[in-house]
Amino acid sequence: MSGTSHGIPAEAHVHRDDTGSRLGMWLFLFTELILFGGLFIVYAVYRFSHPDAFHLAAAELNTFVGTVNTIILLTSSLTVAMSITAMQEGRKAFALTLVGLTIALALAFLVNKYFEWGHKFDVGIYPGSPELLSQPQGVILYFGLYFIMTGLHALHVIIGMAVLMYVFNAIRRGTIHATSYVRLESGALYWHLVDIIWIFLFPLFYLLH
Amino acid sequence: MHDDATAQQSQTTHTVPYSQYVLIWFGLLALTALTVSLAGIELGRWVIITALTIASIKSLLVLNIFMHLRFEDRVFRMFALVAFVTLVIFLVLTFFDYAFH
Repeated sequence: MSGTSHGIPAEAHVHRDDTGSRLGMWLFLFTELILFGGLFIVYAVYRFSHPDAFHLAAAELNTFVGTVNTIILLTSSLTVAMSITAMQEGRKAFALTLVGLTIALALAFLVNKYFEWGHKFDVGIYPGSPELLSQPQGVILYFGLYFIMTGLHALHVIIGMAVLMYVFNAIRRGTIHATSYVRLESGALYWHLVDIIWIFLFPLFYLLH
Repeated sequence: MHDDATAQQSQTTHTVPYSQYVLIWFGLLALTALTVSLAGIELGRWVIITALTIASIKSLLVLNIFMHLRFEDRVFRMFALVAFVTLVIFLVLTFFDYAFH
């Protein structure tokens, strides 16, 4: 921008491009889409070639736990979206509460996931287990994809929590404030992506009866 | 004139009211309830189609409102479309390869 060099003091003209920052975040999210997209394509091909085994294996998953986790993630998306409005209105304490709630919900999701995976391990279903390898090929493929895709998603939940904790701290310290909050927006965008991935994982793994 | 003003400010000027977010959240919960209850019914080949349709509607709600895509510059939507079409091309080509092997 040429406007900065016309004798305006540097402090008076903050050189910033928030739209550009958000666009950069979106571009990053598209690489994430392709990362998960590749796995969804593998899922599609194997489901197409082993339809009966996939239905059999999916019956092992607990639909209730999956539904609870879906509600948790949808709600966490709501709270982080609302935190942007709170920030725009300059309501710092409310914004902090909402981001804090989002982090708490993310933790609740992971705790559920921990018990869900733990139960699978207890009954002998984990990658390469003797119990699993004795099953038909399609069941092995289904659980391989289940652990990889929900595992990669859970990793994203953990990264999202770290990002939101950083955002929480920045709001607390006042470096994210009512007129400069693009880092909150980018953090929220990442979190919504985690939600969207789950919106597809949930019916494809849990609701296959 | 108007473009100048927005470029100078370089900030999301659109503030989404809390009530709109809550409304979308109710919609998302309702669609979740719908997809879970439909899963109990024997729909045959329609199972995957209804499940993916509902998931797509939910994603569009999240993208447009929660992620502010609807309130952003048009270039955001064009980028999103390119990313989506790329993924669809991968999917279609994979299935062509698979079907004609």
